[in-house]
Amino acid sequence: MSTLQITDLHASVVTDAGETAILKGVDLTVESGRTQAVMGPNGSGKSTLAYVIAGHPKYTVTQGSIVLDGEDVLDMSVDERARAGLFLAMQYPVEVPGVSVSNFLRTSATSIRGEAPKLRTWIAEMKEAMAGLQMDSTFAERNVNEGFSGGEKKRHEILQMSLLKPKIAILDETDSGLDVDALRVVSDGVNQFREDSGAGVLLITHYTRILRYITPDVVNVFAGGRIVETGGPKLAEVLEADGYERFADLSTA
Amino acid sequence: MSTVQAPPSDLAPRILSNDPGDHGTPHGREEEWRFTPVAKLSDFFESGQRGLVTAVESEFVTMTPAERNSSTVEKAAHWVASDLPSALVRTHASSVVSVAIPAERKVDEIVVVDLAGSEGLNYGRIEICAGAFSKATIVLRLDMTTDVSGIVVTDVADQADLTVLALYDGPRTSRHVWQWGTTVGRDASFLGLAIALGGSIIRLRQNVRYAGPGGSAELLGAFLASDEQFQEFRIFVDHSEPHCVSNVVFKGALSGAHAHTVWIGDVVVRREAVGIETYELNRNLLLNDGPRADSVPNLELETGDVVSAGHASATGRFDDEQLFYLQSRGISEELARQLVVRGFFVEVLDKVKDADLRRDVIRRIEERIGMDAIEQQLTGVDA
Ligand SMILES: Nc1ncnc2c1ncn2[C@@H]1O[C@H](COP(=O)(O)OP(=O)(O)OP(=O)(O)O)[C@@H](O)[C@H]1O
Ligand SMILES: [Mg+2]
Repeated sequence: MSTLQITDLHASVVTDAGETAILKGVDLTVESGRTQAVMGPNGSGKSTLAYVIAGHPKYTVTQGSIVLDGEDVLDMSVDERARAGLFLAMQYPVEVPGVSVSNFLRTSATSIRGEAPKLRTWIAEMKEAMAGLQMDSTFAERNVNEGFSGGEKKRHEILQMSLLKPKIAILDETDSGLDVDALRVVSDGVNQFREDSGAGVLLITHYTRILRYITPDVVNVFAGGRIVETGGPKLAEVLEADGYERFADLSTA
Repeated sequence: MSTVQAPPSDLAPRILSNDPGDHGTPHGREEEWRFTPVAKLSDFFESGQRGLVTAVESEFVTMTPAERNSSTVEKAAHWVASDLPSALVRTHASSVVSVAIPAERKVDEIVVVDLAGSEGLNYGRIEICAGAFSKATIVLRLDMTTDVSGIVVTDVADQADLTVLALYDGPRTSRHVWQWGTTVGRDASFLGLAIALGGSIIRLRQNVRYAGPGGSAELLGAFLASDEQFQEFRIFVDHSEPHCVSNVVFKGALSGAHAHTVWIGDVVVRREAVGIETYELNRNLLLNDGPRADSVPNLELETGDVVSAGHASATGRFDDEQLFYLQSRGISEELARQLVVRGFFVEVLDKVKDADLRRDVIRRIEERIGMDAIEQQLTGVDA
């Protein structure tokens, strides 16, 4: 049983133009076995929230706390957070030229598990996970995210999640760039992962489409750098019909 | 010895002569020396008491007195020095490290040539001959603590297939100035790999010429410079024969505030060199702010009748997003850096076909990167 507790989180980004506040008091709890959806308009700060949890160096936390099972996450380096059980499936996964997927996956699995997985069982494990996501086995020989299509990138993120078995997984727009078939495959992968691991999931999305495949327990509306409304799965349907217009004022607040 | 007038090309060496007196002392204003810290190399431009680079003799390796006509000395006789340091070596090195692969001989095991010198500045004269139809891989291991002014004259006979990997490792104190002259025979293949890791100064000039049509020369380099290290690679490929190929790929990773690397890739395609293919590339990865990488590709085409001719050069900052991505998968910063830098070098390292040799090279590179990562953590320098 794990709990990720985000309390009154404020964060800003430092650019050449100066410091800009993006997160303005986020309160959110993600628990094992539960799925929290976070939905919001473009530029509302959803990815920033995900990056801040993962520890991206570009963002500075100016107020508030993030605690995982009593441990101060903000005190941890990026890799320590991952080893503590946090995982972020990124909206825009990064290319790493010259590093093969298989080498990358094995290195991360070794880092997360604290020991190198036995080669034979590892290959079987990887094959099974890839087959589940309908990924071709030649995929493992390609370089990380290099020349991947949008859908391949997202499958690769979910593949990592199922191999690294985090306690809490954050999925940032995992549905974007996927056609209907791919969306179903990826959603099945996420559901399988939820079922097998009982992990907590923070599902960030702009569109309601993915929520038809992955049912959330709670839907949060994110606007202007914080959560402005919380409800059950029904809230997603309201958003689908009405859009985010209702929250436009809050975005500029 | 008479001075030979260089062929009319902007990129070809000005003066070719084995007589040191024919070469002026470099001051640093000459095009050839403008990047080099010549003040730190003054002894390389003077004659005097010098040590000698030696190698342990083996089946293919002999130490031969310079006066005696061994097969390699004969083959290398056409080579003429194009600067003062190499002319001094040519004139004063009393003995030659001679590596001879007999004609039609396929050597499966790698021929390792461990080079050693004595305290101070050493002259190194190395001659490599791959006989016709032979195939071999030679490793010149320069794990040296001493300074060396050296020449490597290589003759790849018709249809021979020769790989020479030179490993410049060892502490960051020694100075190396080397000149390689390679002749590629008809339908022959030459793969020259320079791995530069150690030394305070490494300056490597590589000249390639073709002795017949259909030859192929690949010059690859992987270099890692940090702190006060200076590394310079000057390539000159002289396409004077038809239907030959040259491919030059040099990749460098730089770190620390004062590292400086230079890559000059000169390729001349002469009028008679029709149907050739040439490509050269230099990429540099700056692991932090501060190091300086100079990169100048030059392509001089005297004929338009080529299959392909191109060059590319780029220097970029280490991508922190890559580091974040890898770290977000639990990989430590040090390991993540090693992965990224190793990935950067993959294009070059993949050319090292022997698995043990490749592993050794990768291990040496990773040790260097690891050292730097740890040093940066200790000194709190955020890279
Ligand atoms: N690294 C950055 N540098 C500058 N501005 C940034 C940076 N990251 C985010 N921002 C700004 O912060 C705001 C929130 O961005 P964020 O990417 O978190 O939004 P989002 O809700 O994920 O949007 P989308 O739906 O388009 O993915 C935007 O105005 C964006 O321009
Ligand atoms: Mg986003």
